[in-house]
Amino acid sequence: MSVHDTAEPNRRDFLYIATGAVAAVGAAAAVWPFIDQMNPDAATLALAEIEVDVSQVAEGQSITAKWRGKPVFIRQRTAQEVEEAKGVALSDLKDPIARNANLPADAPATDINRVMGAGSPGGGADLPAGREQWLVMIGVCTHLGCIPNGQAGDYGGWFCPCHGSHYDTAGRIRFGPAPENMAIPPFEFTSDTVIRIG
Amino acid sequence: MQWLDARLPLPRLVYDSFVAYPVPRNLNYAYTFGGILALFLVVQILTGVVLAMHYAANSAIAFDSVEKIMRDVNWGWMLRYMHANGASFFFIAVYLHIFRGLYYGSYKAPREVLWILGVIIFLLMMATAFMGYVLPWGQMSFWGATVITGFFTAFPLIGDPIQQLLLGGFAVDNATLNRFFSLHYLLPFMIAGVVILHVWALHVTGQTNPTGVEVKSSKDTVPFTPHATIKDGFAMVVFLAIFAYMLFYMPNYLGHPDNYIEANPLKTPAHIVPEWYFLPFYAMLRAITFNIGPIDSKLGGVLVMFGSIIVLFFLPWLDTSRIRSTAYRPMYKIFFWVFVANAIMLGWLGSKPAEAPYTWLSLVGTIYYFGHFLIVLPVLGLVETPKRLPGSITEAVLAKSGGGGGGRPAGAAAAPDTKG
Repeated sequence: MSVHDTAEPNRRDFLYIATGAVAAVGAAAAVWPFIDQMNPDAATLALAEIEVDVSQVAEGQSITAKWRGKPVFIRQRTAQEVEEAKGVALSDLKDPIARNANLPADAPATDINRVMGAGSPGGGADLPAGREQWLVMIGVCTHLGCIPNGQAGDYGGWFCPCHGSHYDTAGRIRFGPAPENMAIPPFEFTSDTVIRIG
Repeated sequence: MQWLDARLPLPRLVYDSFVAYPVPRNLNYAYTFGGILALFLVVQILTGVVLAMHYAANSAIAFDSVEKIMRDVNWGWMLRYMHANGASFFFIAVYLHIFRGLYYGSYKAPREVLWILGVIIFLLMMATAFMGYVLPWGQMSFWGATVITGFFTAFPLIGDPIQQLLLGGFAVDNATLNRFFSLHYLLPFMIAGVVILHVWALHVTGQTNPTGVEVKSSKDTVPFTPHATIKDGFAMVVFLAIFAYMLFYMPNYLGHPDNYIEANPLKTPAHIVPEWYFLPFYAMLRAITFNIGPIDSKLGGVLVMFGSIIVLFFLPWLDTSRIRSTAYRPMYKIFFWVFVANAIMLGWLGSKPAEAPYTWLSLVGTIYYFGHFLIVLPVLGLVETPKRLPGSITEAVLAKSGGGGGGRPAGAAAAPDTKG
């Protein structure tokens, strides 16, 4: 380190290291704004809340709303689809976690936990009648972000054309490369026909 | 000239590097792709700079501005097709250049740094091509960008913040388009910088040649000009002729019709396919459909895909054979051509939908790809008995032509150095 071959570190060694350390910290501090500018800006971060009127969505129909630049599938499932989703044992699921933003992070991926919105805190018992068929879900494949096609695939739910992930009628991953069930956004029924997402 | 040379020895550098520079006398046409690549880098930068004069990097008008280039700008159609097809031909040339390097052992000591610089150029090329493909803002642009930036979400914890940093939002949008345009303009100049290092490293160690025997005397070499200049020039003309045919007669052959539909964030095309030059890597990404211990299938696919390039960095140390040229390695020659066929098969599989025979075929291809580098190359170098090497380049050349080798019958039937 030093130009002098002394065994003991001397004052000059200390000065070299101190100068280098100050320069390194200064350079890192100067670099940060150049990296951080790439992060989402204030306008993008401003949390959007949308309200969706679902009174025109009949049983077996779906609509797609746009929230935070991503599609949200809102589907009134048929009774048969609900029965199919309920009939699946948790051990058959590739991802046994509900992935529901309205529930604790470790909630199991039962059908009821997949459709639960905010405002029904007591669990399945609190879910008002007629809500169970409503699935509100961010329609983005958890593999690489494609938008799955509805009512397709081996499990009658969604099928992602990009890399072949099959989701069931509760939007749970059953087969293919996707690692997680499709996410449930924070949402709430503000009346019987209006859903607020966000 | 002497006046300038005494103050800045640039003329001397050019003369020493591209006129008097000695090249092995037995270089074949497989060695001309370096020059072709340099030419195409220039073509891409020239056409790119003029296209940027007409293009608008704003998600509201980007698609229209590209159509405006095609319809209204003088020669715009030709410049854009040159740029788009030029990218494809750039990759054709680089793949042939890489396979040349693999066949003739161009990565072996003392050329490891030269090889690694080449792999870095390849990575930069892929980044540049990917970001360039996003700019027309068609459906394939948008969904290609979504899928490829989605790779980063595979990493636990840091994945999502990294993706948001790259995109500048929660989904691909205007911020993404702007930064991709900026970087797409920057990266080719970084490629040019690394190319200078690549050529510098080449001129320190000298070129390999089809025999893999190092240059031993001045009899083994010829001056760069006129020999290599003319040979490279002729190869460039032939390559450009094929390029011109594609450009004028089938300019959209390598493209996708979906990219003439403006990007729609709410509708994924039925069948997302990357550009052809990414297909083998795409097939490997999709081949992993199962969890491996703690690594889930998504992370596994991404690691395999990145790993397929990273393994190239270690190639100089994975190959244990001291024989450079595959022409003198009878067993490796078979494995080499199987590797080539496997790479082409992976490319074909990458273009197919993610369905049942294709996914497991991709898995077989992926296993062979890695097996080639991690098992075949280290083991084969230890067990293979190579053919006898010629004493020098000159000896090999004369034996082949049958002229100088003491009246032996022409050994041209065994001419190994015409392959490749």
